[in-house]
Amino acid sequence: MEQKIPTMAEMAAEGKQPEILFWVGCAGSFDERAQRITRDICKILQHVGMSFAVLGTEESCTGDPAKRAGNEFLFQMQAIMNIQVLDGYNIKKIVTGCPHCFNTIRNEYPALGGNYEVIHHSQLIQQLIDEGKLKAEGGESFKGRKITFHDPCYLGRANDVYEAPRRALEILDADLVEMKRCKSNGLCCGAGGAQMFKEPEPGKKDINDERMLDVLEAKASVIASGCPFCMTMLTDGVKHIEKEQEIKVLDIAEITVKANGL
Amino acid sequence: MIEQAIFIVILAAAVYLFWKNAAKVRRNILLGREADYNNRPSDRWATMARVALGQSKMTKRPVAAILHIFVYVGFVIINIEVMEILIDGLFGSHRVFSKPLGSFYGMLIGSFEVLALLVLISCAIFLVRRNVLRLKRFTGQEMSDWPKSDANYILITEILLMTAFLTMNAADYKLQALHYSHYLQVGSFPVSGFIAPLLPSAAGALVMVERVCWWFHIIGILAFLNYLPYSKHFHILLAFPNTYYSRLQPKGQFANMDSVTNEVKAMLDPSFVPEPAEISRFGAKDVTDLTWKNLMDAYTCTECGRCTSVCPANITGKKLSPRKIMMDTRDRITEVGNNIDKHGKDYIDDKTLLDNYISREELWACTTCNACVDACPVNINPLEIITEMRRYVVMEESQAPASLNNMFGNMENNGAPWKYSQADRFNWAEKE
Repeated sequence: MEQKIPTMAEMAAEGKQPEILFWVGCAGSFDERAQRITRDICKILQHVGMSFAVLGTEESCTGDPAKRAGNEFLFQMQAIMNIQVLDGYNIKKIVTGCPHCFNTIRNEYPALGGNYEVIHHSQLIQQLIDEGKLKAEGGESFKGRKITFHDPCYLGRANDVYEAPRRALEILDADLVEMKRCKSNGLCCGAGGAQMFKEPEPGKKDINDERMLDVLEAKASVIASGCPFCMTMLTDGVKHIEKEQEIKVLDIAEITVKANGL
Repeated sequence: MIEQAIFIVILAAAVYLFWKNAAKVRRNILLGREADYNNRPSDRWATMARVALGQSKMTKRPVAAILHIFVYVGFVIINIEVMEILIDGLFGSHRVFSKPLGSFYGMLIGSFEVLALLVLISCAIFLVRRNVLRLKRFTGQEMSDWPKSDANYILITEILLMTAFLTMNAADYKLQALHYSHYLQVGSFPVSGFIAPLLPSAAGALVMVERVCWWFHIIGILAFLNYLPYSKHFHILLAFPNTYYSRLQPKGQFANMDSVTNEVKAMLDPSFVPEPAEISRFGAKDVTDLTWKNLMDAYTCTECGRCTSVCPANITGKKLSPRKIMMDTRDRITEVGNNIDKHGKDYIDDKTLLDNYISREELWACTTCNACVDACPVNINPLEIITEMRRYVVMEESQAPASLNNMFGNMENNGAPWKYSQADRFNWAEKE
C-alpha cells in the first residue's frame, strides 16, 4: 500500500478515534484474491479522506462458520473475545468487507453484549456516491459493458440489502443485467453455511456450476459480487466453463477502484 | 323434524371430533420447547394480514397464485353460504337469508356461483398439474404415496363439494320456476342456470336432487373439516397463527443459545456464577428438542415444495429437501403424540428425528442460504430445524465432518478458519 494503514492500537496510542473501523475478516486477511479487495476498500477510504483504522493482528474470526456449522461454543468464545477488543477501543461504527462478518457482528453480537452500527462495504460505497464524494471518473470505463450482480445470501436474503451494491454499479453507465435468479430469488454460490470449509455432499453437480447457467444466460462479461466466498466460488465456476477470458469476476470495491483509477 | 334431529346429531358429532383432533395437534405442538414469540404484536398482526390474509408471498409464481386465490377466496366467501346452510339445517328453514337480504341475496348467490365455478376449474387444473403435467415441484423423494394421495383427495373433494353446491342450486332454480312449495324465487343463478336443463323436470325428482345435494354438501364439508387434522390441508387454518408467530428478526440472525452463553462466560471469567438453568441437551436430536414454533411450522406445511425448488443443494442433486425436513418433523411429532396416547406420557420409543427420519447427509448439505425460508408462503423456517440438529451433532456428539473439525481447530488456535498464524493477519497491508 502506498499509504500506511492505521491500526486501532496506533490510533489509541496517539489518543485518536477513527470515524469507522474497517473489519477486514479472515478471507480479506489471508486469501490472496480477497487481500486485493481489502486493499481496494482501503484505497476508497483513503481517496475520500475518511478516517478509519483496522484491528490488524488483534482481529480474529467473527465465529460465523462455527455458528453456521452448529458449534455455538466456539462461536460465542470468538464473539465474546472480539466484543472485548471492540469495546476496549470504544468502537461504535464498523464497515466489513464480507457479508458473513457483517451479518454476524450486526445481528448476533448484540445478544452477547456487542452493539455497533455495522455496514457492508457496498453500503459505504453507496453512501459515498449519494453524498457526492465518490464518482466513476478518471479510470477504466465500464460504459456499455454487461455487468450482472450476484447477490451474496448473507447480504441479500439474510439482511435485505439489495439496492446498495446495485447503486455502486449504476454510476458506471454500464449495461446492468439481472440474472434469472436474482435479489430475493438469488442462487447461493455454494459456500455458505460452512460449506466453504468442506467438500460438498454427493450430488449431480456443484452449486457454483449451476450458477454459471444464469451467468451465461445473462450474457454478462462482468460478474460483480461483494463477498470473498462468492468470489472464490464464482471464479472457480467461470474456470470450469473455460470462460476466464470473456467473463471477469470482480468485487464492488474493485470495480469502484478501477472506475476511479485509484 | 326428523331431518333437523339428524342434522343436529351429525353437526354435533363432527364438531366434537374435530375439536378433539385439533386439541391433539395443539398438545403435540406444545410438546416442543418454550420460545417467546409474543413481542411486537402490531408487527405480528401486520405480517399475518399481509402474508396469510393477503397471500403476498404467493405472487412469485403467478399461475399458481391466481388459481390459489380463486380457491382461497371461494373458500372464505362460500362460508357465508355454509352459515345459511347450518341455520337452515338447525331450524328447518329454507334459504333463511333470502328474505331479509332481498335483492342483495340474489347478488350473493350469483357471486357464490361464479366463485364455485372458479374453484372447480382451479382444482381441475391443479389435478392436471399434479397428475398429468407432473410438475417437478410435486415430485421428489418425500412425495411418496400418501402425500400424493392426500393432495388428490383434497382436490377431488373440493370439486365434488362445488358440484353438489351448483347442482343443488340448479334444482332449486328449476323448482322456483315451477313456483313449487317453499322454493321462492330468489334471483338469478348465473352458473347453475346452465346445469338446470340437464336435470329432470318433475317437481318430486327435483326436490330429491336438491335435498340429496344439500345433504351431500354439508356432510361433505363436515367430513372435510375432520380430515384437516390428518392432512397437509390443515394449512388453511394454521397459516394464520403460523404467520402471526413469524420470526421477525433478519433472516441471517440465528438464535443465540443462552445456555452456551452461561458456560462460555463461566469459562472466561471464573467468578461468573450463572443462574441455574434447566439441564437439557444442546441442539435437537428429536422433535421434542425443537421449539413449539418449529412444530407448528411442521403442521402448517402444505407440501407445496416452493422451498425445495429453490434449495441450491436440492437443485444440484443433493439429498437435502427442506420440504422433507418439515414433513419428517410432522411425521415424527405425530408418532410421538400417538405413543403418548397409547402408552402414557413417559413412554420412550427407540426412534429419533435424527437418523430415523433425517440423515446427517441432508443436514450437512445445507448452505444456510435462506432461500427456503424466503420462499415459504406461510413463513415456515426449515433452516432453524437444520441448524438445531447440526448443533446436536456437533456439540453433543462431536460428529461434525472431519474437514469442519479442522476448521474449528484452526479457529480455536489461530483465530481464522484456515491454518494461518494470527501474527500474519496484517500482512496484506505490506503487499501491493
